[in-house]
Amino acid sequence: MPRQVSVFAENKPGKISRVTEILSRNNINIRAITISDSGDYGIIKLLLDKPDQGNECLKSEGIASTLKDIVSVKIDDSPGGLHKAASLLAANSINVEDAYGFTIREKNQAVFVFQVDDVPLTEKLLTNAGFELLSEGELYLL
Amino acid sequence: MYYNSEIETMPRGDIEKLQMMRLKKALNAAASTQYYSRLYREAGIDVSKITTFDHMQELPFTTKNDLRMSYPAGMVAVPLSETVRMHASSGTTGKSTVIFYTRRDIDQWADQVARAMYSTGARKEDILQNMMGYGLFTGGIGLHYGAEKLGCLVIPSAAGNSLRQIQLMQDFHPTIIHITPSYALHLVEVIKGQGIDPHSLKIKKAYFGAEPYSNATATKLEQLWGVKAYSCYGLSEMNGPGVAFDCVRQAGMHIAEDYYIPEIIDPETGQRLPDGTEGELVLTHINREAMPIIRYRTRDLTRIIPETCSCGKTHRRIERIKGRSDDMIIVGGVNVFPSQIETVIMNIPEIGNNYQIILEREEGLDRMHIKVEIYSKMFKGDLKALQKLNKDIVEKLRALIIVTPKVEFMEPGSLPPSEGKAKRVFDNREI
Repeated sequence: MPRQVSVFAENKPGKISRVTEILSRNNINIRAITISDSGDYGIIKLLLDKPDQGNECLKSEGIASTLKDIVSVKIDDSPGGLHKAASLLAANSINVEDAYGFTIREKNQAVFVFQVDDVPLTEKLLTNAGFELLSEGELYLL
Repeated sequence: MYYNSEIETMPRGDIEKLQMMRLKKALNAAASTQYYSRLYREAGIDVSKITTFDHMQELPFTTKNDLRMSYPAGMVAVPLSETVRMHASSGTTGKSTVIFYTRRDIDQWADQVARAMYSTGARKEDILQNMMGYGLFTGGIGLHYGAEKLGCLVIPSAAGNSLRQIQLMQDFHPTIIHITPSYALHLVEVIKGQGIDPHSLKIKKAYFGAEPYSNATATKLEQLWGVKAYSCYGLSEMNGPGVAFDCVRQAGMHIAEDYYIPEIIDPETGQRLPDGTEGELVLTHINREAMPIIRYRTRDLTRIIPETCSCGKTHRRIERIKGRSDDMIIVGGVNVFPSQIETVIMNIPEIGNNYQIILEREEGLDRMHIKVEIYSKMFKGDLKALQKLNKDIVEKLRALIIVTPKVEFMEPGSLPPSEGKAKRVFDNREI
């Protein structure tokens, strides 16, 4: 099951660069980044090529960091592509907590990555509906 | 000119004689209590030998902690059936300090406040809008009884609800207000915001109490409100408001010396300091039946003004309180100890043990910000969980300290560690 790194950060200048500096120094590549902000503080979510190692590096430098399970599903990079997946989740009352997507140019495909409460159930629903999920290896090395 | 000229203008020698006479009675009463009887027995003190002001130095101090340890009634000198009232103030670890009063104590306290109000020029024709908290806190009810005793009409409006306060002012024309300086700064702005000129109200006097404030603030408040400002000092352990009160000269608060024996000590050594020197105020209540508290360390810093006051009263004055010799902070008139906040923080696993308390004044109101660190090992990466945690911490603190703080989450390691003497409280309020 793929995972992303969640990092606590105060909403102040220099807080992202402190995280990216540690990852860069440890030769860890960031595939995607999002920030959920709650005013004074927020959570930086990082999709890394080596999430376990990244998480450990950050923790060892005193940063509040943890790994969160995510669902990553392949969708067509065309109008309505994301809608198909989103409507399936909606029909099954699955609440998407945090989501982002990115396209893979050469394959004319896109990846939708998100957090939910029940990851196995969500994965099962998507697989049964014919969606292709990305494994850890596939996602990290895209 | 005086409410009780015999007492108020009594020659110094006679005051001191009266004090020693009452001290003897108070010590005998104290020695009958569970707490003091044991204390004096163990220290080998014979209270009948304490007959002068100098002798008093042999008596151990009483602290807020002693009161807490004798909770609820270990210092009560009368059967509880003789008491008619209790008040309580917050303790450092949640347990309150409780003060009991007999009917005579309540009457005496009312008389003490009535006398102090009279010295500011208040008369029975005055109307008092009492904007202090009522309830376990002594601030509201103490002035209330005194003003009634004087014959004033009292509007017991208590603290808060500014629009209603203003309505009451317009409808009932109070001539005196009793209020915390910080609330007064706020309320006057609300009044102006309503298009009302504060000077057009009938208010002539403002009694300020419950929190320290500077001369500059007093002057500013007088100008903004168009009133004369009088400081009122008190603490529940010594009854409540009225322990010391400005007279019409506004040049220092006269201590009711027929009720209390004041001392100034060096807070570090406990040694008594001469009049005129700044130190910690220690008070002995010599006119209370239910709880005769001996040499109580108020933790309030001030000095006794040695010169006599031109008003003619012979009771000595103290200066407005400069600060505290402990870490107690006063937020919007409410007493808060950092240790109370610490207790809450230590019991929440998701946050670390370091914290900072920042006090600020926004639009005349005190605000408390508490910075805490996220504890790495308990971090779950969930923003919603953090938001809920924040709400829970605010609620727990509010329940304990009454003040509603803003809790700020910080990254681990961003606050100085708890070992040693880390500065925890940052008071950025201008007083």
